[in-house]
Amino acid sequence: MELSDREHALIAALCDGLPLDSRPYRALGERVGMGEAEVLACLEAMARDGIIRRLGVIVRHHELGYRANAMVVWDIPDAEVGAVGRLLGNAPEVTLCYRRPRRPPDWTYNLFTMVHGRDRESVAAAIEALADREGLAHHPRQVLFSLRRFKQCGARYGRRREAAE
Amino acid sequence: MLDAADRRLLAEFQHHFPLVPEPYAELAGRLGMDESEVLERLAALKASGHISRVGAVFTPHKVGASTLAAMAVPPEWLESIAELVSAYPEVNHNYQRDHRLNLWFVVAAPGRDEVRAVLDDISARTGIAVLDLPLLEDFHIDLGFDIRWS
Repeated sequence: MELSDREHALIAALCDGLPLDSRPYRALGERVGMGEAEVLACLEAMARDGIIRRLGVIVRHHELGYRANAMVVWDIPDAEVGAVGRLLGNAPEVTLCYRRPRRPPDWTYNLFTMVHGRDRESVAAAIEALADREGLAHHPRQVLFSLRRFKQCGARYGRRREAAE
Repeated sequence: MLDAADRRLLAEFQHHFPLVPEPYAELAGRLGMDESEVLERLAALKASGHISRVGAVFTPHKVGASTLAAMAVPPEWLESIAELVSAYPEVNHNYQRDHRLNLWFVVAAPGRDEVRAVLDDISARTGIAVLDLPLLEDFHIDLGFDIRWS
């Protein structure tokens, strides 16, 4: 799917967030030389085509009291990883579920899930329960808790010139 | 402190944000508030860090390219190398995790070549190998974060 330069400019402008203004789409359009109706049509098309996955309030877990954030990585046989990925992707505890490549010998895990919770103990227990419930306890896994957040912001897909702050 | 109206704003508008000329007025109508109150509350939630923005999450690889990267950084260098990594505008998440690979970050850019260039640059400047773990398949339907208030 090829996006036009105008769409790229709109995406770059949207990376900063929708203005908190009565007419936010008009304000966004003013930054990229688009009218309000064109911005709305463009965003609708991107949502319909699955380019925008979700439009709305983007919360910060840590500030909402979810202090424990675990990246749980699993080593699942390649033939099973699709089925297991769909299972974990639908599990209520899991907020992200991605298949990524192995990089042996440094890294042998191919399925990545995120689990958030109030504290480390409850997250560890939830992961244990998840593995048992889904019949995955026999697969090698590791839990990587976050110790420190150095940076968290939205992705900037715009070209550097447009994304410059 | 968050009150009931803040909680509804956070819980109910993480997806399907209205694509109409006056979306905050529409939110206000659904919540039984004035538009100005919705705007004030969202500004306050942003200032307090509870929300990062009202905005879009793009589907990985449909717009641009991205990867998850990991490095095994000697503990005494962690702070300075984390700072070096965070300074790239292409880096949007950067965490220390409890593993031999202790620095994990996401790099997003218009194309795969630009992503690779950032990883190569970080590796060249620090002398530490950077593991490149791009997304191959996404199994999660993203409806936002399910907040349990208890």
